[in-house]
Amino acid sequence: MKHNILLILLVMVLTGCSIEPWVKPYERAHLADPIMNPSRDPVSDSYMHHVHEVREGSRGAGIATGGGCGCN
Amino acid sequence: MRVSQQVAGVAVTKSFWLILSILFALASHNVGAAVLPADRADVLYHSYDGGGVEVTGPSVLVRKSIGDSFSGSLNYYIDNVSSASIDVLSSGASPYEEERTEKSVNLDYLHDKTIMSLSYTNSEESDYIADTFSFNISQDMFGDLTTVTLGYSQGDNTIGKNYQGQPDPNFTEQNSTTRSYRVGVSQVITKDSLLTGVFESIADEGYLQNPYRSARYCVPPLTDPVPPPNCTGDAFEPENYPNTRSSNAIAIRGRYYLPYRASIFGGYRYYNDSWGIRGNTVELGYVHPFKTAWLAEINYRYYTQTKADFYQDIFPYPDSQNFLARDKELSTFDSNSVGFGISYDFATAGWKYIDRGSLNFYYNYIYFDYKDFRNALVDAPPQEQPLYNFSANVLRLFVSIWY
Repeated sequence: MKHNILLILLVMVLTGCSIEPWVKPYERAHLADPIMNPSRDPVSDSYMHHVHEVREGSRGAGIATGGGCGCN
Repeated sequence: MRVSQQVAGVAVTKSFWLILSILFALASHNVGAAVLPADRADVLYHSYDGGGVEVTGPSVLVRKSIGDSFSGSLNYYIDNVSSASIDVLSSGASPYEEERTEKSVNLDYLHDKTIMSLSYTNSEESDYIADTFSFNISQDMFGDLTTVTLGYSQGDNTIGKNYQGQPDPNFTEQNSTTRSYRVGVSQVITKDSLLTGVFESIADEGYLQNPYRSARYCVPPLTDPVPPPNCTGDAFEPENYPNTRSSNAIAIRGRYYLPYRASIFGGYRYYNDSWGIRGNTVELGYVHPFKTAWLAEINYRYYTQTKADFYQDIFPYPDSQNFLARDKELSTFDSNSVGFGISYDFATAGWKYIDRGSLNFYYNYIYFDYKDFRNALVDAPPQEQPLYNFSANVLRLFVSIWY
């Protein structure tokens, strides 16, 4: 069962290039606008991520990696 | 319980490497659309002021492409910390000042529709050194409407303790290791909307507590730990954390381009870990350009978590259980953050060596409200001390140029 699922996934991935894109390249002007960028300013976003992470018990699934504490 | 976590960890690792192998196989025969990050430089001044803690400093990032296939970046970041937090004061220590310096180097390699990234970060304080290596691979597929990203990071930390500004001779240097596995999918839904899903599993091993924090217990010690305790005073003892921790976080985030030129974004993250903490995060925001060169943003973030299994504001008597914690970061609390920002684009037609630039100012107000962490600085029996809360002001002021 597990192998079948992996096989189906593999076929889906390998044949992915032939899928007809439902948003054509010439229709992506809005998506290319900087206001649609999830991280317009990486340095600024990384800083806010650090501000939250050192004061909360949760971590992960964010945008930044790195070390250090600076939180005593 | 620990055995089942290890089994789950092995399963995650095996699946992770299997997917990574598939991506590597695909990377060898696609024709490209992925793009490297733009060449840019950022100089940021940051400031955090809240709960008796002030943290300020610069962050400088320079990114430059090397040929058509490589892009490298360097980041230099400083935290100047001045702390008289409730944790410092209630432990009887004096307010202190220190500096944390973080240096990062990153290299991205573009091959057809694949981007592979390697990065190294070194963070140093007088009592804490962290070295983190990170590897990411992302692959565009399905007509470039989907991007799959996999990442692995490993951090090695060395933890010391200072006493009156010098290394504490009674504290033996400790170590910990953090391993992180990430899987992300970014999907174009329509010509106006994007959706991103991220899953991250993190495993820690080693010395995971803060050597400066203490747990407190009732004075006189109770013989019967039935709440509510009836203490007339308190005393402090060293904390003791488990030396392993495994956590999972899953997040979904979306952006939508409005009928006029503006966008809204939102996100939700669920978190849980082997220490019993459950966290929920909700983020919302709105971005609005105006007068061609200006851009305004407002954002809101709500965060809530449950406490760690071994957290208590006050324990009934000393050494009352194997693991003891009174870190407010492990308590039950919620926080609300509201913020706004404004950006101004300059030299939009280019000027000398730069293509364009922007000046940016962002402000966030954060309010932390603790549900089972009391203010031990108030002169009252522990159970009558008020629950703790504080607010923080966070500023970001930065200039960015693209070249």
